Amino acid sequence: MMRWLLLLLGGALLGGVVHLATVMILPRTATNDAYARLTPIAPVNKVTPIPVPSPDAALMPFMDPAFVSAVCRYDLSKSGLKLTVPVSLSYTSISFYTRYDVAYYAINDRAAGRRVIELDLMTTEQHNDMPEEEDVTAADRLIVESPTTTGLIVVRALATEPGLMPMARNAIAAAQCRPLEPSQASR
Amino acid sequence: MRLLFGSLFAFIIAALVGLGATYFALTRGAAFGALKIGSWTAWPKTGTADADPYARASIARTGQLPISLGDGVSFSAQTDDAGRVLDGRCDVVLDGVTPAARFWTLTLYNNGGDLVANSVSRYGFTSQEIVRRADGSFSIIVAPRANPGNWLPTGGIDRYMLVLRLYDTAVGVSTRAGREVPMPSVKTRSCP
Repeated sequence: MMRWLLLLLGGALLGGVVHLATVMILPRTATNDAYARLTPIAPVNKVTPIPVPSPDAALMPFMDPAFVSAVCRYDLSKSGLKLTVPVSLSYTSISFYTRYDVAYYAINDRAAGRRVIELDLMTTEQHNDMPEEEDVTAADRLIVESPTTTGLIVVRALATEPGLMPMARNAIAAAQCRPLEPSQASR
Repeated sequence: MRLLFGSLFAFIIAALVGLGATYFALTRGAAFGALKIGSWTAWPKTGTADADPYARASIARTGQLPISLGDGVSFSAQTDDAGRVLDGRCDVVLDGVTPAARFWTLTLYNNGGDLVANSVSRYGFTSQEIVRRADGSFSIIVAPRANPGNWLPTGGIDRYMLVLRLYDTAVGVSTRAGREVPMPSVKTRSCP
């Protein structure tokens, strides 16, 4: 009897380990996470509009139907990335996600304080390789460091009423993300 | 032989306990740092690089992109203030004001996170669309049938959830629930 109780206790303790291990491993094994859902529609390093969600079709759960959004699925393995987003009338935001859909940075039109939000995305190594003086002189150059070499940039514009959807869509359509030219990155 | 049965028993217990706990944690949406105000709950930390492993696992499992904290905060409610589960056949009234934010949106989802089809194709409100009283407060009626004022149709489904997203707001990780973050009350008015 005692022996079985001990085995039960040991099993429960081991169960705790199994629980923690599965929770930690899950993001790396998930086959239907947001990144995987966006992969078929979004080419690498290019801004692609995400269809506005409707009851019949939504690419991801819990999307905000008041927003027009676009995604740039990035790959920094060759070079950094330059992102240009013109702001829309009401509210525009840019969110950065790692390969495992963790939001690590976001900026909105007010924080950027300009008509066009421009920023450079690079890995920590690429940022370190940059000539130092450039980093200092170009104070208006916003540089974001990505913790993973691949990931997602989601650009979203609010349409405060359904009639303003086309306007928000136009603003988003002009957004661009493209690889930094070598001369630009290491000038 | 006894050793074999014993260890097999222990392993089965371990698998049941471990996988069961993971399943429950992820289906209940458990994560640390919940901010609860009335019937509304938000997990501001889920939208940062410091998201805990439970938050990361549940993001991966549902396939959603969490709202980044630099963008906004998302509050969700599945029950009314009395703890009663939101029912799409009842009339539910949201009343009050929201915390300071540049914009907010209120959206109705089924529990899987999909929008709910309805005759007028209205899935939510933005802060600009709402009709307010003179003092800036508002009330929204979430009901299956048309109502005067701010009517959010439920499509008659039995379970739903409301998500209130605040954009460009000061509400965040350091926010304490209290008087400085007023959220609208959620009350079930009548049920068939």
